[in-house]
Amino acid sequence: MTTIPISWYLAVAAVLFTIGAVTVFVKRNALVMLLGIELMLNAANLTAVTFSSYFRELAGQILVFFVMVVAAAEAAVGLAIIVLLFRHRETLNVDEAQLLKL
Amino acid sequence: MGMGVVVEAVVKIVIVFGIVLTCLAYLALFERKLLGWIQLRYGPNRVGPWGLLQPLADLLKFLFKEDVRPTTPNPILFSVAPILSLVPALMTYAVIPFGDRIELFGREITLYITSVNVGLLYLFALSGLGIYGIVLAGWASNSKYSLLGGLRSAAQLISYELTLTLSVVGVLIQVGSLDLVEIVRAQSGTYFGLIPKWHLFWYQPLGFLLFFIAAVAETNRVPFDLPEAETELVAGYHTEYSATKFAMFYVAEYANILAVSALATTLFLGGWNGPGVERLPLLGVFYFAAKTAIFLFIYIWLRATLPRFRYDQLMRFGWKILLPLAFANIVFSAAVAATAG
Amino acid sequence: MERALFVIFALTAIVAALNVLLRRHPLHSALALLVVLGALAGLYILLGAYFLAMIQVVIYAGAILVLFLFVIMLLNIRAEEARLARRPFLRWLALPFALLLGAEIFYLVRTFEENPVPSGTSVGVTEAIGRELFTTYLLPFEVTSILILIAILGAVVLARRG
Repeated sequence: MTTIPISWYLAVAAVLFTIGAVTVFVKRNALVMLLGIELMLNAANLTAVTFSSYFRELAGQILVFFVMVVAAAEAAVGLAIIVLLFRHRETLNVDEAQLLKL
Repeated sequence: MGMGVVVEAVVKIVIVFGIVLTCLAYLALFERKLLGWIQLRYGPNRVGPWGLLQPLADLLKFLFKEDVRPTTPNPILFSVAPILSLVPALMTYAVIPFGDRIELFGREITLYITSVNVGLLYLFALSGLGIYGIVLAGWASNSKYSLLGGLRSAAQLISYELTLTLSVVGVLIQVGSLDLVEIVRAQSGTYFGLIPKWHLFWYQPLGFLLFFIAAVAETNRVPFDLPEAETELVAGYHTEYSATKFAMFYVAEYANILAVSALATTLFLGGWNGPGVERLPLLGVFYFAAKTAIFLFIYIWLRATLPRFRYDQLMRFGWKILLPLAFANIVFSAAVAATAG
Repeated sequence: MERALFVIFALTAIVAALNVLLRRHPLHSALALLVVLGALAGLYILLGAYFLAMIQVVIYAGAILVLFLFVIMLLNIRAEEARLARRPFLRWLALPFALLLGAEIFYLVRTFEENPVPSGTSVGVTEAIGRELFTTYLLPFEVTSILILIAILGAVVLARRG
């Protein structure tokens, strides 16, 4: 059976992370920025799982489990904030949400 | 991987899908017949003896009708949504164990397509993906009724999926495996030589009840059919669909009902277990089908009997009654498992 | 076989990720992310992490992304018009920085060039993960539950205020 070099997985993760980072930098829509953050989290997860199976060590997978749970919490609060922002400002452009109050 | 294994797998997949799709067609007929009897009518009886060819006629009608498309900014999503709804529904049958193993042509053949050690999680993953078809149909139809139906559906499915998942945890604590075949094996034998050791009788009656209620809500059936409540939303998320695409939603709904019934049988009613299965494994398939048919009957019975919930009642019932009960059931199951050792 | 699957999943993930970035409509971005998540689940299966692959679909695809879709539909967000950013020059800085970041990560990745991942590892067995979670990692587990409770409270408070 052919095996896949570990660097291939890491390369995919790197590409995904970079795309996610660019999404956060370039987009001004708060919702799409959140999507970019999810993308970066997933890229990090992929590296963790890769090393976990490379070292035959469960710690990496447990880490990913926690990351997913935290991502769920983050999405819940983040989306609640986004809904509020949209109700008050009628836009999701983060550049226009520069006041420290709603 | 030898050729034999591949051939066996392909043959099993073809057979299972042939049987399942036939069952789905006749499930629709069964529902109309049963509704008719409950309401003191005959039901369909024109096409073939007792209306037995009705599914075929329906199929032809769906295939030859005009495919009406609404003006929508998302024509691709509009076409993909029914497929997204149908495919996960059909994929569930890959892990459902219809029976144990039999000897055929000198080799041992299992009566399920595959057994994976994360079988139950796989099913929940698919039920999560099934939401997308409905939500996207609601969005892509570019119609207010569809959009409201899709939104309601998203909220309802997320809420009741929690209960659905948590109600199964009690069974998992007792069995200690996510493999559906293992779960069925754990339910063999009897209690006092009389009561079968199914999870329904074996510390999990509450879990079973919660699972079944949540399953009815997950499949968008009466009394939880708010996403397609015809008195307020015309037909909900599939208002704008016609012909083959509508047929896909229709089949997906019945595929989900059948899958959920089969899953309830597997988890709580002992799957293929029954008297005489050890000697004649093929008998298990009939036990399985009979138990599943009970659930299908209850589904249709509910539809003929109960009125629809109001939306706020639906949400309150899901979050304030079912979910706490599901947590209580987990605590109870853990306590039982801890005392039993 | 395994390599072919890897290439399929990896390419799907990358193309879909580019779609997240390039699509104008938030709904299309969210759907592209769904495809990324599915492809990553496939990669997890190749790595032997079956439990995580399923959890990935259940939590991310089944819950988090549905929430995103729900919000997009609820607010009826339109495609973003291509308006000028507040500081246009920042836009042009993004690409070089992205390339720099990518190059940096690739440099680190190269150190693992020759090491193949053992195929068919069985470390991802659900039971083993559960055992670890409730023994070695019990404290983080409980802390996470508190975090989720706070997140629920936060979401409810925010929703009440609106």
